[in-house]
Amino acid sequence: MPSATLLGQALISGVLAGGLYGLLAMGLSLSWGLLRLVNLSHFALAFLSAYIVYELGTTYHVEPWWSAAMVVPLMFLIGAGQHWLFDRFKVNELASLLITFSFAVIVEVAIQLYWTADFRRYETEYATRSIKAGPFYIPVMELVLCIVAGLIAWGTWLWLRRTYVGKALRAAAEDAEIAAAYGVDHKKLAYLLSGIGAAYAGIAGTFIALIATLAPAQIWAYLGVVFAVVIIGRLGNPLGALAAGMLIGASESIAMAVLSPAWAPVVSFSVLIVILLWDPDWL
Amino acid sequence: MNAARDLPRLGAAIAIGVLAFLPMARLPAFYDSFLYMVFFWVSLSTSWALLSGFAGYFSLGHAAFFGTGLYATAVLTTKFGWPFLPTLPVAAAIPALLAVGIGAIVFRLRRLRGELFALLTLAVTFVIATIILNTPIDGGGGIFMSAVPLPAITATPNGTIYVLGFVLCVATLAIAWWVAHSRLGMGLFAIHDDEDVAEAKGVPTLRYKLIAFALSAAVAGAVGGVHAMYVGFITVSGTFELTVPLYVILMSVLGGSRSWFGPAIGATVITALLYAFISGGEAMVGRAIVSVILISAILWLPDGAVPAARKWLAKHRRASAKQHVAEVAPVVPSVPPVADTVLLQARGVTKRFGGLQALGGVDLDVREGEILGLVGPNGSGKTTLINVISGFYPLTSGSVTVAGVEVGNLPAHEIARRGVARTYQIPRPFVNMTVLENVVLAATFGSLSRPAAEIRDEARHWIAFTGLSGKEDVLPAGLNLHERKFLELARALAAKPRLLLLDEVLSGLNPAEVDNAIRLVRAIRAQGATIVFVEHLMRAVVELSDRVAVLNEGKLFALGKPREVMRDPRVVSIYLGKAYAA
Repeated sequence: MPSATLLGQALISGVLAGGLYGLLAMGLSLSWGLLRLVNLSHFALAFLSAYIVYELGTTYHVEPWWSAAMVVPLMFLIGAGQHWLFDRFKVNELASLLITFSFAVIVEVAIQLYWTADFRRYETEYATRSIKAGPFYIPVMELVLCIVAGLIAWGTWLWLRRTYVGKALRAAAEDAEIAAAYGVDHKKLAYLLSGIGAAYAGIAGTFIALIATLAPAQIWAYLGVVFAVVIIGRLGNPLGALAAGMLIGASESIAMAVLSPAWAPVVSFSVLIVILLWDPDWL
Repeated sequence: MNAARDLPRLGAAIAIGVLAFLPMARLPAFYDSFLYMVFFWVSLSTSWALLSGFAGYFSLGHAAFFGTGLYATAVLTTKFGWPFLPTLPVAAAIPALLAVGIGAIVFRLRRLRGELFALLTLAVTFVIATIILNTPIDGGGGIFMSAVPLPAITATPNGTIYVLGFVLCVATLAIAWWVAHSRLGMGLFAIHDDEDVAEAKGVPTLRYKLIAFALSAAVAGAVGGVHAMYVGFITVSGTFELTVPLYVILMSVLGGSRSWFGPAIGATVITALLYAFISGGEAMVGRAIVSVILISAILWLPDGAVPAARKWLAKHRRASAKQHVAEVAPVVPSVPPVADTVLLQARGVTKRFGGLQALGGVDLDVREGEILGLVGPNGSGKTTLINVISGFYPLTSGSVTVAGVEVGNLPAHEIARRGVARTYQIPRPFVNMTVLENVVLAATFGSLSRPAAEIRDEARHWIAFTGLSGKEDVLPAGLNLHERKFLELARALAAKPRLLLLDEVLSGLNPAEVDNAIRLVRAIRAQGATIVFVEHLMRAVVELSDRVAVLNEGKLFALGKPREVMRDPRVVSIYLGKAYAA
C-alpha cells in the first residue's frame, strides 16, 4: 500500500487530469444530449487543434494563446460545417456515429501524412512549472486547464438555463416540432451548438498540445474514457461532464498508484459498468 | 418462376464446389491469400450483421470478439500445447459468453439503447486489449504461432488455411440464411423497426437480442481462431484495431446489413479494393478512401446495395405478376355471449412517474366477451392504464390478472402470449415490413406455434377481414391513416387475443370511416374477444360499449351503462365544467 502522501498526490493529479476528460466530454455531451448526434470526430478535431498549435509554436514561434485564438474559431466553423452535412441528409444518431467515425479516420490519416506517426512534444516553459502546496506538487498548466474547464462548464450551464437560446435548445431537444410551433428556430440554434461543441474541442486541443505527447493514434486514446464520462455526467449537462471527468480521473490515478499504471483504462469502464448496473435516476 | 428460383441455387452450388477444390489447382499463393481474405471479411461482416444489421444494434466492438477468439486459439496452442482444431470451439465459446455478459447489462436499459450499445462495445474492446496486454495472456511481447502444427487437410499450409476460412465462410452464410428465414430473424427484424411494439406483439426481445449477439460473437471468435494461424505473429495492437469494426460496418452497410447476403457482397467488393491499394503500397490512403466511401454510402445508400436492388426489382416485377389472393376459410371461434366470468381484473393499480401519479389505485373488472369503453378527460390516465395492462410500463403497485393469472410484473411479451393484444393511438407498424409481414409477425408471436403456411393463411384472412386485401405487399409508408389504423387492428387480431386493448382507433377518421370501424369492432367481439377501448368520440362509446368506465385524475370516477353514465352530472362536470352539469 502506498503512503498517504503518494495517495494524496495521486488524487490531486487524477482530479487535474480529469479536467481534460471533462473538457473533452463537454462538447460531446452537448451535441449528443441536445442535438441527438454522437460526434466521434470530436477527438480528431481536438488532436488536429493540438497539432496546429504545436506546428505554429515550434515552426513559427507563435505563443499558444495566440494559436488558440486562431484554432478555436476554425473549429467552430468545422463543427458548423459538419452540422450542415447532418442537416442536409437528415442524419440520425447511429448514422452520425458512423459518419463522424469515418471523418475521424480521415483526419487521423491526414495528420499522419503531414506530421508522420512519430511522437511529437511541444516544449514550452509553462509545461514543467508547478506549485508546491505542503507535501504536494500541483502542475500549473493542468491547474489552468481545470479552471478554464470549470469556467466553461459553469458558463455553458448558465447559458443553457438562463438565456432564451439555451432554453430554446433544451426545448427543441425534448420535442423539436412542438418547440418549432412556439417559434424556436431549431436549425439555426443547432448550427450554433455544433460550432460551440467543436470550439470546445479546439480549447481542449490547445491544452493537449501543452501537456501531452502527440501521435496520430492518440486520437483514439481518450475515446473510451471520455464516453464513459459523458454518460456518467448525464447527456447535455456540462457541469455533470466535468464532475464525472474528475471522478474518473481520480479513480484512474489512484488505481495507477495502488495497482500499476497499465491498468488505468480498465477503471473508467468498471466505474461506467457499475453505474449502468446501478441505473440511478439521474442517469 | 421456378427457373428464376433455381438459377441462384445452381450458381451457389457451382461456386461452392469450385471454391472448395481450388487449392488442388495449385494457383499462385497470391490467390490463396486473397481469397482467404475475402472469406475472412465475408464471415466477419456477416456475423456482425446477425445482431447489428438484423436487429439494428450497431456494435463497434467486433474486434473484441474476433480478438478474444484469436487469443484463445493462440494461448491454447502455444502455452497449453493443444492441437489447433479443438481450440476453435473454445475460440467461439469465450466471445459468446462475453457477448451475453455485455448484453445482459446493456439490453436491460430502456434509455440510450442503440448508441450506448455502440459505445459500450467499443469501450469493451479497449478494456480487453488492456487486460490481454498486461497479463501473461500476451504480456506485451506478442505470440509466435509458427511452431503450431496445422492439420494436414491439403498439401500446403496455405491451402489448409484457405479451406478452413472457406468452411467457416460457408457456415457463417448458412447461419445467416437460417436466422433470416427463422422465427428468430423475424423477431430481430421487428426489433430493428420498433422494439417496444415487437415486445408488445410477443417477441421475447431480450432473449432474441442475446441469442443474436452470442451467435455473432461466436462466429467472430471462430474466425479469429483461424486467423491466428494465418497471421502467424500476434500482437495486441495488431488485433484490437479499429480497422476491424470500421471495415465490417462499411462492408455490411454498403451491401445491405438487413439482408443475409448483403454483407458478403460488400465484403467482396471492399476486400478487392483494399488489395488494390495495399499492393500499390498506399495502406494509409486506402483507409481514408474507405472512410470516404462509408460516409457516401450512409448518406446516399442508407439501406445498402442489396435491398436497393431488391426494391428496384420488386417495382418492376409487380406490374407483370399480380398475385392471386386465395379464398381462405374464416378462422372463427365460437361466439360466447357476455359471461359472468371475469377476464381482466385490476386491483389498486397505481403508476407513478417520478413525483407524478398517473394512476392512483384503479379497481376494474372486465367480464369475458364484454366491450368496455374507457373514457375521461385528457391526462386522466386512460392510455397509461392500457400501457400498464399490456406490460409496457411496470406497475408501481397493485395487481392485474388476466383469466386469473397475475400479469402485473411480467414482461410485455409474456402478457401478449397470455392473449392480450393492443393497438396504438398513433399507428406504429414495422416500417420495413410489408403489410403481410406485419400481420404474420403478430400471428407468429402472438399465440401458439403453428406451421408457417397456416400462419400465412390466417394473416391473409385478417387482412381481408380488415379490408386491406390487395395491399399485402405494400410497405406501411404506402398506406393512408385509415388503412394504417386497420393494419393495427389486423395485427392485433392475428394474435387471436382474448383481451383486445384499443387505444383511440377512431381518432382522425372521417364519419364514414368511423361507421366502418364500429362495424369492425362489433365483428371482432363476435369472434369471441373481450374489448377494452379508449375513445373520445362519444357516439362510438355509446353505440359500442356494454359498460363505460370513466377515469379522472388517475382514479375510477364512474362505471355503468353508457347512457346512464354519460348523463351523470358528475361526469358531465369533469368534461365541461360545473356550469354545464346542472
